[in-house]
Amino acid sequence: MSAQEVNPLLRPKDHLLRRRLTNRGMELLAWLAAALAVFFLGVIVWSVARQGLSQLSLSLFTKSQSVGFFGPTTEKLGLANAFVGSLVIVGIATAIALPFGILIAIYVNEFAGKTIRSAVTLVLDVLAGVPAIVIGIFVFQLIVVGRGQSGYAGGFALSILMLPLVARATMEVLALVPNSLREAALGVGAPRWRVTLGVILPQTIGGVLTGAVLAIARIAGETAPLLLVCSLVGGPAVNWNPAQALMTVPLAIFELSDQSDSQEHALAWAGALVLILFILVVSLTARWLATRSRRKIMRASG
Amino acid sequence: MSQMDETSEMSQTRGEDVSASNTIETAVRVETKRQPLPPRERLQQVFDIQDLTAIYGSKPAIKDVSMGVYKNLVTAVIGPSGCGKSTFIRCLNRMNDLVPSFHQTGTIRYQGQDLAARDVDPVAVRRTIGMVFQRPNPFPKSIQDNVAWGLKVLGMKDNLDERIERALTRAALWDEVKDRLKASALGLSGGQQQRLCIARAIAVEPDVVLMDEPASALDPIATQKIEQLLHELKEEYTFVIVTHNMQQAARVADMTAFFSISRGEEGQRWGELIEYDETEKIFTAPSDKRTEDYVTGRFG
Repeated sequence: MSAQEVNPLLRPKDHLLRRRLTNRGMELLAWLAAALAVFFLGVIVWSVARQGLSQLSLSLFTKSQSVGFFGPTTEKLGLANAFVGSLVIVGIATAIALPFGILIAIYVNEFAGKTIRSAVTLVLDVLAGVPAIVIGIFVFQLIVVGRGQSGYAGGFALSILMLPLVARATMEVLALVPNSLREAALGVGAPRWRVTLGVILPQTIGGVLTGAVLAIARIAGETAPLLLVCSLVGGPAVNWNPAQALMTVPLAIFELSDQSDSQEHALAWAGALVLILFILVVSLTARWLATRSRRKIMRASG
Repeated sequence: MSQMDETSEMSQTRGEDVSASNTIETAVRVETKRQPLPPRERLQQVFDIQDLTAIYGSKPAIKDVSMGVYKNLVTAVIGPSGCGKSTFIRCLNRMNDLVPSFHQTGTIRYQGQDLAARDVDPVAVRRTIGMVFQRPNPFPKSIQDNVAWGLKVLGMKDNLDERIERALTRAALWDEVKDRLKASALGLSGGQQQRLCIARAIAVEPDVVLMDEPASALDPIATQKIEQLLHELKEEYTFVIVTHNMQQAARVADMTAFFSISRGEEGQRWGELIEYDETEKIFTAPSDKRTEDYVTGRFG
């Protein structure tokens, strides 16, 4: 054996140098892209927190003040009316979108033929991509013209935004339920609707809730359609009546930040901070629910 | 009966060494201690299958299958993988309705009634003709609810606890689970889960139970328990069982149907019924060369 004959694993790999460098370079780029996303999220949360934290107090949730249309007030108050309004409107949107979304998903996944399934899926995806302001104009034409703005109109507009999110999320979990479970239930002589209600749906509750929660997080910050259909707010009083236009958090942020008074700007930041925290908490809850329900389904499919 | 007992018993009865090649034959011999079948015309036919052809998309899975299934017997369907055994058995309770591209020609009569007739409700078909699947598929509910669900759906709510106990006892599972009926069925072993599925199927009192390779995912002891069940339950039910374990067919079945793969000129392949007869005849004196090749292990 001559001295030149080294183990092939240790042979100099000059020809691999370029490959290795490319690999390193690509890895670095991918890492940078990921870091950038985290960086921006960090900057947003940090700047919102820096500006809004000082205003975060109990009175933010208990008192309210008029903004925008009715001009600034001198003392700094809170956003109670906006939180209540958001709660009512998001509640209405959820009450409409959740049952309809789930029913659509059940129909498409459990009953519809292939053609209808792909058609409805496409329609839902397109609907999910329609700009929020377009939905706003549509609802404005449909409901607001002639009747005036209201919390109902706002809730309805948001429910249209929410519907495809809920439906698609539910379809995804339904598709995860193994066919063997459907066959088992049909095999004992159960009609299809009993199979769906009694065996399939209970499997998917976690996933459906996850979808609903994520959709709520998404629409809670929606502003564009509300500007058109639910923005002419009567006064600073806390109002639970959706027959009238209600103040909402994104709208309050929009109008407060448009004022000249720096205290109102601070209030807007505080509203933004609460919104971000809400979405953060809700998303984490959704993640937790999703892992739990997926584990449950996986266990069921053995 | 364990494999050991069986082998020693066979050695004694035949007075010769048992080699690997004739285990099936000897299994049949042992089983022939059972009552001989009454003549075919005295048996009541539950299924009358004529020229059944089942097609997925444009590919036929089985072609021109004609046979009868007799009441209170265990009928085994054997054959190599891909010969359409599962397709065939799933035609018998219209389980293939769920497959979008599926269609069939020919007729399957159940006690004289065409299964595919327009006024026949597939739900009623599956209620009368139950099914146990290849992989144990209990509902993700408690043991008790697994059996109770079908009963509740079908309105058999009187004496629910009694019915549950009876079904679990018949499926030889009661003693193992009676203290934890409220526990999740998913915590049971594979063999227990499959027996639970059998309990679930017989609880609703079907006339026929179809079994699609019910023991293929189970260990030998669980398999043996399920085979024993078939022996005990066939007094009350009619069983059709798909298996690719020939010893199993030899042990449990009264009648055996052998399916094989036929090939067309342009490379198409489909399943065909080659021979259907009493189990003993299929395994000891098959009339078709292909059956003989298969049961003697020359072709698999």
